[in-house]
Amino acid sequence: MKKWLLNWRLFSLFSVMALVLAGCGEPFLSTLQPAGEVADMQYSLMLLSTAIMILVIIVVTIIFVYVVVRFRQRKGEENKIPKQVEGNHKLEIIWTVIPIILLIILAVPTVKATFDLADVKPMNKENRDKEKTLVVNVRANLYWWEFEYPDYGVITSQDLVVPTDERVYFNLKASDVKHSFWIPAVGGKMDTNIEDSKNQFWLEFDQKDAEKAGGIFYGKCAELCGPSHALMDFKVKAVPRDEFNQWIEKMKNAKPVVTDPVAKEGEAIFNKSCIGCHAVTPVDKRPEQARTAPNLGNFGDRERIAGILEHNEENLKKWLKDPESVKPGNKMTGTYGQLTDEQIDALAKYLMSLKVE
Amino acid sequence: MSTVARKKSLIWDYLTTVDHKKIAILYLIAGGLFFLMGGVEALFIRIQLAVPNNDFVSAGLYNEILTMHGTTMIFLAAMPLLFALMNAVVPIQIGARDVAFPFLNALGFWLFFFGGLFLNCSWFLGGAPDAGWTSYASLSLESPGHGIDFYVLGLQISGLGTLIGGINFLVTIVNMRAPGMTYMRMPLFTWTTFVASALILFAFPPLTVGLIFMMMDRLFGGNFFDPALGGNTIIWEHLFWIFGHPEVYILVLPAFGIFSEIISTFSKKRLFGYSSMVFAVVLIGFLGFMVWAHHMFTVGMGPIANAIFAVATMAIAVPTGIKIFNWLFTLWGGNIRFTTPMLYAIGFIPSFVMGGVTGVMNATAAADYQYHDSYFVVAHFHYVIVGGVVLALLAGTHYWWPKMFGKMLSEKLGKVTFWLFFIGFHLTFFIQHFLGLMGMPRRVFTFLPGQGWETGNLISSIGAFFMAAGTIVLLVNIVITTFKGKKAEADAWGDGRTLEWAVSSPAPEYNFAQTPLVRGLDALWVEKMEGKKGLTPAEPLGDIHMPNPSFLPFVISLGLFISAFGFMYHKDYSWGLMVGIVGLLITFGAMFLRSVIDDHGYHIHKEEIMEAEKKGAKA
Repeated sequence: MKKWLLNWRLFSLFSVMALVLAGCGEPFLSTLQPAGEVADMQYSLMLLSTAIMILVIIVVTIIFVYVVVRFRQRKGEENKIPKQVEGNHKLEIIWTVIPIILLIILAVPTVKATFDLADVKPMNKENRDKEKTLVVNVRANLYWWEFEYPDYGVITSQDLVVPTDERVYFNLKASDVKHSFWIPAVGGKMDTNIEDSKNQFWLEFDQKDAEKAGGIFYGKCAELCGPSHALMDFKVKAVPRDEFNQWIEKMKNAKPVVTDPVAKEGEAIFNKSCIGCHAVTPVDKRPEQARTAPNLGNFGDRERIAGILEHNEENLKKWLKDPESVKPGNKMTGTYGQLTDEQIDALAKYLMSLKVE
Repeated sequence: MSTVARKKSLIWDYLTTVDHKKIAILYLIAGGLFFLMGGVEALFIRIQLAVPNNDFVSAGLYNEILTMHGTTMIFLAAMPLLFALMNAVVPIQIGARDVAFPFLNALGFWLFFFGGLFLNCSWFLGGAPDAGWTSYASLSLESPGHGIDFYVLGLQISGLGTLIGGINFLVTIVNMRAPGMTYMRMPLFTWTTFVASALILFAFPPLTVGLIFMMMDRLFGGNFFDPALGGNTIIWEHLFWIFGHPEVYILVLPAFGIFSEIISTFSKKRLFGYSSMVFAVVLIGFLGFMVWAHHMFTVGMGPIANAIFAVATMAIAVPTGIKIFNWLFTLWGGNIRFTTPMLYAIGFIPSFVMGGVTGVMNATAAADYQYHDSYFVVAHFHYVIVGGVVLALLAGTHYWWPKMFGKMLSEKLGKVTFWLFFIGFHLTFFIQHFLGLMGMPRRVFTFLPGQGWETGNLISSIGAFFMAAGTIVLLVNIVITTFKGKKAEADAWGDGRTLEWAVSSPAPEYNFAQTPLVRGLDALWVEKMEGKKGLTPAEPLGDIHMPNPSFLPFVISLGLFISAFGFMYHKDYSWGLMVGIVGLLITFGAMFLRSVIDDHGYHIHKEEIMEAEKKGAKA
């Protein structure tokens, strides 16, 4: 009977909490609107722990309010000396044992989830099925992200494209300072260390939730990495597997096709000033040390300029003209000299033409 | 030498003092100033984040401010302010005339002070450190300029001071207790000071090692943290957190002690479950060393390490829970007086419970992958540190102010401070839990609109101004009290239970004319209940041996301060190395003088004491 009561209470607490919390934040960004297996597991752990903690808070608050009201000093009792109580073994045992039980209730699913989330065996199998187990190498840099699909030889930057409704596996690494890879709505973060021992984890993106979020999830850098840490955003396009396959095929064969004369002019400038760092084809065979700037193979399809500004030519020109004003401390500032407005216009035209879609 | 003959200028007196009560005041003033600086930095942070895309401060400057806010508040405000209260109270609470090593006590203060001064010089000399108070190795090695060098050397110097202070209190509490003051009769504040000092002893050396590694890497061509040359940055994280997590308990255990004293005093009851309280403190101190890696769940230590550290961390909730319930049951059946310190204690209980439960939530490793480095964590540790430590510091300052300065702070203004600060605190930090869950990472200098964070951040910023207003009222209160305050009795609150309330306010320089005989827990209360006015003496009235003041602690610390500048600039300027060596010579020279000069101290004669006691009794 008592147990049932507790269950019932917990259950109602759960549902109320879920209702309240679900209203919190944006579906493309909030951990409270989980959009994948990992985030779901973490969300239920959050609910369980919050429920237990609210229980604790309620008990403490009731006793607290009672004593503060009931035992406050009243007029005329200033000199009353209360009974000096030493302690009470029974009570002390109760408030030692009950927390232990509550913590065990929390610890068991915690440990289980911790191991489940670390299960990256499929990606490390020698003959993994490349069609079914997608692996992405994430490389974090001051202040941009590179996503490499090693099984397809394709590299992109800033916009991660993943298939929905399957586990996607990640190798995580940083090339300069430590960063941390976080897609709040889809699952918790993991650090990208600068050591060679890569971190690995997996995420799963729900198709339905992706639609609810408008097809795009927000990704963040979660480790202080310098002045523009706050601006080191990336975007995640979660699409059905078929669509993903089509995209990756296009990426494999993508080459810049320039017809517009202004864009052609831009291409010339690019080949003079930018190509040393930026590649314009998603298939880039250079080693990662040589890939010191984002791959621009599908730049025209991007969600944002520099990860933060709305994707249009005007913002692109602003970025090219004075990168420092957009992202303080970035590594592009001052690497290509002063460009005239016409040159920037041409460059922007060219970059916007780099599309696979 | 007589008391009259030693009257020199006030400044010289404080520069050379070795009296624990005066050192307490030095700690209070220096810590208080750093607290105000950290507070101004906090306001800058909240102004910058009040609205999206704000440009109140630039990106780089913001990182300097956030780094200095954290570093200042932990190392230069919270710790010294606790040391202030420990110095003011602990020796008297155990019936001692001073700490075990008065000279070291002064040295500890001056090292802290010069370390803090050095760190803050960075603002004027090319920029403050900007890699966060945790100063993770890859970022801090990338950081241009000398900011991080100021951090490394400044913390090294002030850390030495803390270590010395910790050892001093350990020895004092072990050796200097009055007859009858057994361990299980020590007041809780003394107990928590004792355990916190033990934590300092074991926790600061890893920090020292880490700082030396970083100093080598940055200034002397070392490669401890360069993976390309066989180094490893994760080592810094481990060293930092092996220090950093116990540090939390170094701060919060004395806070527990302060509240234990206040709650017991103003409910007019002995502490409920005293022995389990002591047990819980020791257990928390012990477990505090087993959990550091919960700060590193996302580093990639693997599920086994994460699971172990998760469960170990949860275990700390048990002794902490014991303490909360013991406080509640101390209040139960009491005769509760809502003085200003008591208001803080009452406000502390729910605030700290909030910080505690979010701590357990953070301990659930798998879910922590979401919380980690988000504003949820920012909210959590501010609930612990502001809701626990800062409330305790404010409470302790109001509670022991009469004992330190001989005057009562205004209760009316004290309560205004409390309400402003308390409301501001919850307004600022409660909403930050949700900001974090809504995906906001910590340590961001700005945020873009359209992510659902605008309202939360604005509310948070408004709260910060309430806290600032509360602090200003406190300052006004201090100024008014200093000039017009009511003179405090020995038992300033009328309900004192422990020995410090048996000596006049402020205490005479020798504390006790006769060392008291302690006859039970809450020694003064025991005497009062038997209808006695004073303590039972354990010795006849006699001459009291006192240590001489000394200028050497100041000189030793100044030497290190100079030397740090020299070594920091040794690559930039040719004079660097020279200055570094001269600084070290000053330090070691002063230490040499200390070793060879025989200093036997002096005696306060029986007659003088009788005179002073008579005067004290009249006033």
